[in-house]
Amino acid sequence: MKAFLMHRAKDFELERVLPPQERDLTQDLELERLFAAMARGDKFLFEVAQKAVLASLTDLEDIVYRQRVMNDCIEQSSTVREIYALAVEAIEQERKIFWGFLKYPDGILHRSVQAMEMFVMLLKKLRRIAGLHADEFKSDGFVAFFEMLRVELADEYFQSVEEHLKQLRFRHGVLIGAHLGRGNKGTEYVLREPPKRKQWWRQWIPFGEDSALTLIIAERDEAGMRALSELRGRGINLAANAVAQSADHILSFFTMVRAELGFYIGCLNLRGLLAEKGEPLCFPAPVAAGKSSLDCRGLYDPCLSLSLRDRAVGNDVNADGTLLVMITGANQGGKSTFLRSIGLAQLMMQCGMFVAAEAFRSNVCEALYTHFRREEDPTMTSGKLDEELNRMSEIAGRVTPNCMLLLNESFSATNEREGSEIASSIVLALLEAEIKVCFVTHSFELANGFYRQGADTALFLRAERQADGGRTFKLAEGEPLPTSYGEDLYNRIFDEAPDVGDATPRA
Amino acid sequence: MDQREAPDFFGDLNLDQVVASVTATRDDYHLQPFFHAPLREVEAIIHRHEAYRDLEGKPLSDCISAFAQTMRSMRDCLVQAGKLRHRYQKESWFLHAVGIYAGAVIDLQRGLTSADVRSRGFLALREYLSTYVDSPEFTSLLAERKGVEDDLAGVSYCLHIQENRITVSRYDSQVDYAAEVNETFQKFKQGVAKDYRIEFRTYPDMNSVEAGVLDRVALLYPDVFLELDRYCERHRDFLDRTIADFDREVQFYVAYLEHVQRLTGAGLQFCYPRVSDKSKEVSARDTFDLALANKLIPEHSTVVRNDFALTDPERIFVVTGPNQGGKTTFARTFGQLHYLASLGCPVPGSDAQLFLPDMLFTHFEREEHLTNLRGKLEDELVRIHEILRLATPDSVLIMNEIFTSTTLRDALFLGTKALKRLIKLDLLCVCVTFVDELASLSETTVSVASTITPEDPTVRTYKIVRKPADGRAYAAAIAEKYALTYERLQQRIAR
Repeated sequence: MKAFLMHRAKDFELERVLPPQERDLTQDLELERLFAAMARGDKFLFEVAQKAVLASLTDLEDIVYRQRVMNDCIEQSSTVREIYALAVEAIEQERKIFWGFLKYPDGILHRSVQAMEMFVMLLKKLRRIAGLHADEFKSDGFVAFFEMLRVELADEYFQSVEEHLKQLRFRHGVLIGAHLGRGNKGTEYVLREPPKRKQWWRQWIPFGEDSALTLIIAERDEAGMRALSELRGRGINLAANAVAQSADHILSFFTMVRAELGFYIGCLNLRGLLAEKGEPLCFPAPVAAGKSSLDCRGLYDPCLSLSLRDRAVGNDVNADGTLLVMITGANQGGKSTFLRSIGLAQLMMQCGMFVAAEAFRSNVCEALYTHFRREEDPTMTSGKLDEELNRMSEIAGRVTPNCMLLLNESFSATNEREGSEIASSIVLALLEAEIKVCFVTHSFELANGFYRQGADTALFLRAERQADGGRTFKLAEGEPLPTSYGEDLYNRIFDEAPDVGDATPRA
Repeated sequence: MDQREAPDFFGDLNLDQVVASVTATRDDYHLQPFFHAPLREVEAIIHRHEAYRDLEGKPLSDCISAFAQTMRSMRDCLVQAGKLRHRYQKESWFLHAVGIYAGAVIDLQRGLTSADVRSRGFLALREYLSTYVDSPEFTSLLAERKGVEDDLAGVSYCLHIQENRITVSRYDSQVDYAAEVNETFQKFKQGVAKDYRIEFRTYPDMNSVEAGVLDRVALLYPDVFLELDRYCERHRDFLDRTIADFDREVQFYVAYLEHVQRLTGAGLQFCYPRVSDKSKEVSARDTFDLALANKLIPEHSTVVRNDFALTDPERIFVVTGPNQGGKTTFARTFGQLHYLASLGCPVPGSDAQLFLPDMLFTHFEREEHLTNLRGKLEDELVRIHEILRLATPDSVLIMNEIFTSTTLRDALFLGTKALKRLIKLDLLCVCVTFVDELASLSETTVSVASTITPEDPTVRTYKIVRKPADGRAYAAAIAEKYALTYERLQQRIAR
């Protein structure tokens, strides 16, 4: 029994090792805020969100598979939440069953039969829900899920399971087969079909119970009783193992259902929060890897939005056909936010989620990397440029064609000429390797260098500023300018009126 | 032979260590007595050399070690049978032991037939085994065992356990219920599952319940158990004496060869010495102290090899030189070589010509014993007197650091006296001494000395070479090193 709600024919691997750039991504894109919004305080949902978002899909069909399941979840959210609650209940109930004498097959069998009885009850409930609502679901994922439940959990099957569970209580004793091994000790103990009726063995043994073939252990013979129970244990060892493993398997089925639905529940949670604010959401249109594509309308940073009272500002950008997006312009003009929103949208798209935009289209990338300027290295083990270059070198060691790299004010820890020199050769190399690059920079040298090579090879975006020095946080296409309006910032912070004559950029 | 104790000189020559390490891991064979019984006939030595050479061949040595291994597990089974109390348990282990024994004998016989054996010893054994394997005694031992074992394997029974009672019955084709349960629950299977099976410890003996069950199983299958009883009674003494003796004796060879191979693996050489009970012209090349090598090899230290040769009329090595220079080691080596040769073993060295002595004596410095109430010097003299009383011209004597507990004058006097008697006796001898004058007493004494590296006198070569005794050479060198020679002191003091 498989849930297969995250992949068409594969389990969702909650234990999967996250990609090595996971920490940088989490820090640079402030992903924990996203996970927290999805989890709503549930630690398990947080973990699921983390694993699902960071383990990007790269196959278009896989993404669409999840998008459709997601759509069912949005439309049938109460049924989905009911199934999720059932999985949670199964796991919690199982945890409550007393883990008694696990050194003995008897103890294992006893507990496992109890667990199985509880599971069977919940599986029946699940079957009922499936029977009631299956035809309301349209996605391949849910259709297959409900079909699986219908086929696997037929009434006759439940009957035979329950019959076994009853038998395994061994009301009429245990029958064990054996052979003689080395030293004429009993060996190859095998559980035989247990006697079903009380009189059954009387008929079967010609001498009756007092015969010489019956061994009776005195109640006060402790060693004897121990030996008897060990013998019994040897007999039921395999059956106990089978039932215990089945209980584990069902537990893992419910665990899988919880984890896989947990992702969608997290998405529903996030969707609820954003919808409340009236923020737009859309299913993105993934494009095959290798076709350089990026087109969005109203793209915003959902994490930022959740921390604002108002709606976030969305950006419209079309960078189809270019690998490089160079973003320059005013300080606090929304450059970093835009960079993050691109990264988030890419990750959300590639985990099958909706995206925080009115519309979003992008090519799938093999992996996403970020290289953001960091605070001073607290360990003082290396200079800042060292640290940046070291980080870049790590990325370079892993990055492959069709990846995407977001750089935010990278290599600015040295003078501009040096920094831009370093940065431009790095960027050129990345582009040649077919790696999509979005670069936020203050470095006029760097941006202008690319601009002069030919504006058509890259998209140049600029954070806008209005004539009064105020910011719209919107980006617009525009050539790099030799200042980043630090003066504005200075003026605002020092509460000084802008000098109108200075508002036009210096050439 | 089994009662034979280690000879007196074993400790002095460190042969006790050699034998201990050769026989280590083979305690159960009780091999020491073999190493305590030297041979005096050249022919007997050659006989053993032949067997050793055969065993150096891989097919034979593999065959023998497999045989030994199997016989060992056979004995383990018999020991187990002895420990158990329930009759049917004892008998089952006995039956198993017989099976292992039969296999061992057959494999040995086949192995000997296919191996290229040439020694008189192994050829005789091959002959013996061929006859034994075809004997009615052996074939019936085997055939009857198979019958009994098959019958036991066919015993199949059921236990019905309810509360405190167990009822035993014959198996009546009831289905495997665990398999059925497993099949029903198979559906839920996903990936690897935790193993919930409890590991039951299985001891050879039985508890009261198991014994009770076995008794009842025997009631269900009376004929099978009756046959078992009879078989064990009939074949109580199944073990062939010759084969059992061979199993033990061959370990004398195998153990020593294994030891040799450990050392040859580290680059040392062994050889089959030419032995004589007449010629006292002895020699060896690249030889070494076996006990010392055994200690040094695991530490990856270098083992120094020495050559020696005595040509008529030479009989006595007088060893002098710096302390810790390998003098005692040389003396021990000489003794070890002669003793090992007299056991018929290969000896350390690339080539050796050795004499078969009638007796071997050692005279090493001893701790003072309060019990004998004699002074040390007196004790030494008593012992030397005893040796001279027993020794014959065919004996070998190793004397280490004699008369150190007296003045040089005394030592010279006593040493000369003793040595002159030895010279007269014409026996083979190594005499380690600090008295240089003893080195040139007669044309039958040969002066050898430990050597040092001229550049750094604290570095010893442990090489013993023929040269005149010169106690001052080392002193000069070491003085130079510490700038304490006459000239150096003059210069330094002048400053």
